[in-house]
Amino acid sequence: MMTKVAAPRTATRLGETDRLDLWWIGPLSVFLGLSLFIVYATFRVFYNAHYVIDTASSAYLLSPFYSPLILWDGMPPWLSPGILILWAPGGFRLTCYYYRKAYYRAFFLDPPACGVSESPKKNYTGETRLLLFQNIHRYFLYLALLFLIILSIDVGYSCIWPDGFGMSIGSLVLLTNVVLLGLYTFSCHSLRHLIGGKIDCYSCVAFGHTRHKMWKGVSILNQKHMYWAWASLFMVAFADFYIWMVSTGTFTDIRIF
Amino acid sequence: MSNVTTLQIYRGDNESGEMVEYQVPRNPGMVVLDAVHKVQSIHSPDLAVRWNCKAGKCGSCSAEVNGKPKLMCMDRLNKYPDDATISIRPMKTFPIVKDLVCDVSWNYEVNKKIPAFKIRKGERKYYQYEADRVQEFRKCIECFLCQNVCHVLREHQLKDEFCGPRFLVRVAGLEMHPLDTEDRSELLKNELGVGLCNITKCCTEVCPESIAITDNAIIPLKERVVDRFFDPLGWIARKLFKKT
Ligand code: SF4
Ligand code: SF4
Ligand code: FES
Ligand code: FES
Repeated sequence: MMTKVAAPRTATRLGETDRLDLWWIGPLSVFLGLSLFIVYATFRVFYNAHYVIDTASSAYLLSPFYSPLILWDGMPPWLSPGILILWAPGGFRLTCYYYRKAYYRAFFLDPPACGVSESPKKNYTGETRLLLFQNIHRYFLYLALLFLIILSIDVGYSCIWPDGFGMSIGSLVLLTNVVLLGLYTFSCHSLRHLIGGKIDCYSCVAFGHTRHKMWKGVSILNQKHMYWAWASLFMVAFADFYIWMVSTGTFTDIRIF
Repeated sequence: MSNVTTLQIYRGDNESGEMVEYQVPRNPGMVVLDAVHKVQSIHSPDLAVRWNCKAGKCGSCSAEVNGKPKLMCMDRLNKYPDDATISIRPMKTFPIVKDLVCDVSWNYEVNKKIPAFKIRKGERKYYQYEADRVQEFRKCIECFLCQNVCHVLREHQLKDEFCGPRFLVRVAGLEMHPLDTEDRSELLKNELGVGLCNITKCCTEVCPESIAITDNAIIPLKERVVDRFFDPLGWIARKLFKKT
């Protein structure tokens, strides 16, 4: 049997596609997930309170949104210490290759999904011109490595109780946060390049074999970069939330040993 | 199980065309290309379709099945519900010659811009572990599905400015080869337009050879361009250690 059906050929309006699957679920979830995080993080940074547990009877717990804690005498009360530092991890995520993909798709709909039309717009310049700043990512990586050290020190402080070494749920939360941030940072595409990916002939350079091994290691982590990106994003917000709740007395930070 | 499959196939050329509906018998193990061949043999011997191997290796039978860029010979019919109508269109990014056949010759023109392998002088020994990385890129069967789905070419039509993912894969295979000495970073930044790729990964999603196009070819090439043009510390280090 053969019948003719009318069908325009080219899709040119935003969202037009022949795809029958639920292609919009991906970009919508990313949009909601990232928006939720941005709203929460902005609120918490401007909230400028309940970010530290610093009492004589417990260990020192500092929210990762405020670490390293920068305070000085005569600091204007409206200036949140969070603002002073959050640009660094924020910039790291903003210029991350995974998040770029995520927000170009979910926020800029460029493209919304594969094989789905965009709104017809002129002068697409991709990551040239305005978006050339994305190339700064490796500098944010250097800062992120520094932040990992600082956050690890925070985990150390969270284990020092008045009567000696100990761990609470809070220290476990901070430890999990550092581990996930570490996995996210060590799976970075720029790190993968700098650590060994830039070399073509490993047998021709000093420490080539070692650098090849390091490149292989980062490459294994890199395959799951997206998962580490989301897991660490969730965890950093949760760590802050936990400390907020403990500091207001809503949660009690239970000591494990 | 219904023993009939309904297909809607684009019939026409670049100027005008329409979707035409056909019904063909469905047998176990059939792929979409088999169904298209049935249309040819039962209803319309003049239906144009390009194919060669029916094994996912020649890269000829690329099309859009229900809006998804695919090799028709690797797309099993039993994945679709029995009563579903399957739509088949030619690739959107290239001019249509007839029905499902596109003119992909633009790709061969782009290929000519890429300088060939330039082997290093002297010792030419290298090890398997150094070659592993480039072997992934040699799997490319030139189906051009990645070129078709890439929004820079498909939506923005920047064929003069951007070479497309397939050729970034080719450049990566040359650039990362342990014996190659050619530097293509300037070409990548300018003529090949690597900066136009916004790493949204549709090429990776459709590649039938499962080449990690964005992660293993494009992003490393972007990083090489950063090394060369956008990293002041790297620039100072190169000056200090007199590397080019
Ligand atoms: S990742 Fe880049 S090359 Fe691949 S489809 Fe997206 S824009 Fe095109
Ligand atoms: S890279 Fe993959 S999708 Fe692109 S032409 Fe080669 S095989 Fe096809
Ligand atoms: S690429 Fe994602 S953190 Fe560097
Ligand atoms: S016919 Fe060769 S890849 Fe499909």
